[in-house]
Amino acid sequence: MLKGHQSWVFRNKPVIVSTAAVVGPFEGRGPLAEDFDIIHGDSFIGQDSWEKAERTLLEEASTIAIERAGITKEQVQFHIGGDLLNQIMSSSYASRTLTIPYIGVFGACSTSMESLALASYLIDTGGAKHVLAATCSHNSSAEKQFRYPTEYGSQKPPTAQYTATGSGAAVVAGSGSGPVVVAATIGRVVDMGIKDPFNMGAAMAPAAVDTITAHFRDLQVGPDHYDMIVTGDLAKVGHDIASELFDKHNIPMHKTRFRDCGMMLYDYDKQMVQAGGSGCACSAVVTYGHLIRKLRKGELKRILVVATGSLHSPLAIQQGESIPGIAHAVAIEAVPESPVEGG
Amino acid sequence: MVSKKTIKKLTPTQREYQRLALDRMPKRPVAANSLKAFLCGGLICVVGQGIQQMLIHWAGMTERQAADPTVAILIIASVVLTSLGVYDKLGQWAGAGSAVPVTGFANSMASTAIEHRSEGLVLGVGGNMFKLAGPVIVFGTVAAFIIAIIRFIFTQGG
Repeated sequence: MLKGHQSWVFRNKPVIVSTAAVVGPFEGRGPLAEDFDIIHGDSFIGQDSWEKAERTLLEEASTIAIERAGITKEQVQFHIGGDLLNQIMSSSYASRTLTIPYIGVFGACSTSMESLALASYLIDTGGAKHVLAATCSHNSSAEKQFRYPTEYGSQKPPTAQYTATGSGAAVVAGSGSGPVVVAATIGRVVDMGIKDPFNMGAAMAPAAVDTITAHFRDLQVGPDHYDMIVTGDLAKVGHDIASELFDKHNIPMHKTRFRDCGMMLYDYDKQMVQAGGSGCACSAVVTYGHLIRKLRKGELKRILVVATGSLHSPLAIQQGESIPGIAHAVAIEAVPESPVEGG
Repeated sequence: MVSKKTIKKLTPTQREYQRLALDRMPKRPVAANSLKAFLCGGLICVVGQGIQQMLIHWAGMTERQAADPTVAILIIASVVLTSLGVYDKLGQWAGAGSAVPVTGFANSMASTAIEHRSEGLVLGVGGNMFKLAGPVIVFGTVAAFIIAIIRFIFTQGG
């Protein structure tokens, strides 16, 4: 149900009964490798194009999540998902394989939490018994569409971000064991006039701050309500700016652990990712692989995941437009008595 | 990045934010990048010179005759390095040093050709091969045309 201006509080506590995270080789060399279900050794994933590889990642993550929930795909009423490619190609083509009634959404890198929020809403209101929320991205297909050919020798500035290769999927259900989704805040589009597509962190940081502030206002809670508040993919540059904006608005973020998925996925010392990770898969694999595991183990009690998205189109950027940012927040709580099984 | 002119068009909040964002932006290491570009670009030129000297000494070519095969060898080397996935890593390190020489031009064509192979030979490779190299050719030709006219005027006058 609606709370405040733009938040939902889920009274029936939709349960994330299972999650899956599949990643590429580069992510597998990062610090979170142990939390992933499949680490591929080859970025082509045995396919003949980057686009097919990305789609395969999504199919794998979805299949694992459904299997792990102990159900068949026929028992899943809806598949909500999206990705970065034109016409949300990967999700739509993967859904052709999955044959689950499909709602395609686009929120750029914020798609992970956008789809999870919508899935939770459907479950909460009795609109479905099981919903699959899944998203994916691939470094090479994103480079190809948004930047330069993968083998082109261009120099990236230190503000650039590395699009993660991977896919994260979650099955949300009305009952079962697992962490529960308690609330969600849908963000508005915030554009502060940043025009540099190699500085997405700065473009998205105001949106993240806007959504987090709105979440606190709507739910009448403070940062200390959460063990951890984790943004999607602001990376180093965006995270610094967001922290500064919170200080400016007198929001005591120091009372919680304020982290960023784009800074958790890679090892800055060993991996060349400039400012950090990005892409739909970044927040998806960190949340569904790493954070959900921590919630299940009881290492975290209550977290707020704020997936951030840079909604720019390469065409609009060439026409001199700036980058609109967005962020969607989902609050997830651990249920202490739930037995620990799977991931 | 953000010029002073664009900052004027923004709302006060946007303007304030842009200042903050500019302030928080890690700076490009310009001095180190320039040095790397000089070293790498220079090295590529030395290699080119070396190839030319070898052609002159061992293949019995004149300096003029050796020029074209030298460029061809550098282009082939660049295409091979691009195909092996080395040139893009070199590009991140060297910047302009690997982009400006003829090898960078070859890399821009080879990388787009490889990238768009999945869309077919005609529309994929053929249609995209000049995506990055095209502007260089277009504006190179335009610039050459203008310079040629200037030269023509001056040589006619003198």
